[in-house]
Amino acid sequence: MPFRRYVEIGRVALVNYGPDYGKLVVIVDVVDQNRALVDSPKMVRSQMNFKRLSLTDIKIDISRVPKKKVLIEAMESAEVQKRWENSSWGRKLIVQKRRAELNDFERFKIMLAKIKRGALIRRELSKLKKENPV
Amino acid sequence: MAKSEKPRVSRNKELIRGVGRFSRSKMYHKRGIWALKEKNGGSFPRHDKQPPQAKAVEKAPKFYPADDEPKPLINKRKPKPTKLRSSITPGTVLILLAGRFKGKRVVFLKQLESGLLLVTGPFKLNGVPIRRVNQAYVIATSTKIDISTVDASKFTDKYFEKEVVRKKKTESDFFEAEKEDKKTLPTEKKEDQKVLDAVVLQAVESVPDLNQYLSSRFSLRSGMKPHELVF
Repeated sequence: MPFRRYVEIGRVALVNYGPDYGKLVVIVDVVDQNRALVDSPKMVRSQMNFKRLSLTDIKIDISRVPKKKVLIEAMESAEVQKRWENSSWGRKLIVQKRRAELNDFERFKIMLAKIKRGALIRRELSKLKKENPV
Repeated sequence: MAKSEKPRVSRNKELIRGVGRFSRSKMYHKRGIWALKEKNGGSFPRHDKQPPQAKAVEKAPKFYPADDEPKPLINKRKPKPTKLRSSITPGTVLILLAGRFKGKRVVFLKQLESGLLLVTGPFKLNGVPIRRVNQAYVIATSTKIDISTVDASKFTDKYFEKEVVRKKKTESDFFEAEKEDKKTLPTEKKEDQKVLDAVVLQAVESVPDLNQYLSSRFSLRSGMKPHELVF
């Protein structure tokens, strides 16, 4: 019930609205009740409304408004990108992105693979059912 | 002129539109009109008018219409050949969207002179013969097959023209009109199909699952948004 992810300096967030949609950014300062100063290795430091940010579990150790070089070093040492890609949230987004760019033939191959997998599972299940009659 | 002419350069440089560097008299000198006149004994060489050639006497036409009708304007427009979408190259798998074979996935061979696309099933896989299809009724997928060894040069628009059967109007034919012969494909066309498909099938077999892909039809399922799908 209590909050677990707090807005703090060093909190990594995902942008969920606007031109930077889908990017990971780090909160480097808080402007006021609604806005944060936000920075990322590949973008210019700018302000963003909290409503555009979804907080993640990842937090890095930085001081208020670090220089870009310091920020990049801190992100590398905390392995932000790797932790993100291994997290279930991050993995889900990667899968969604991959599914969206499948072409027609790939979709067909996936359908075949799903059918095969389902058939295997059902075969195993029926074997187990036979061995252990209920 | 048999001599190859270099592009004509003006001897009078244009300072501003309508104003040249040199005046009329200077240009007269530069062009050498004075030298031509000298060569021709004081006056510029000229041709005398040719005597008018006697025209053949035209008879008045036997019949001409009562009123002068306005003639339509001359139209010299030649329609351009249909532009082929850049996503469609020989060997592309296309999805047919209309007609008897809608939804079928089909291999594109080449564009014909009329602008229509020449496609084949292959026939063994999905029942689509060598056929012409309009580009507008087709989705081009990004799946490409290597059909560089395929020779489709004998298929042109003429190949697909309907054969004109001229019937003689006799009484007996009237009664026999009910017994129409079933139009079967001539064996040569069937042979053409087999020969062409043999090569295409070879290319298809080399890619796993592609033969099953071509045998199945495309359909939209729940949740598929065509404007978001990548083909």
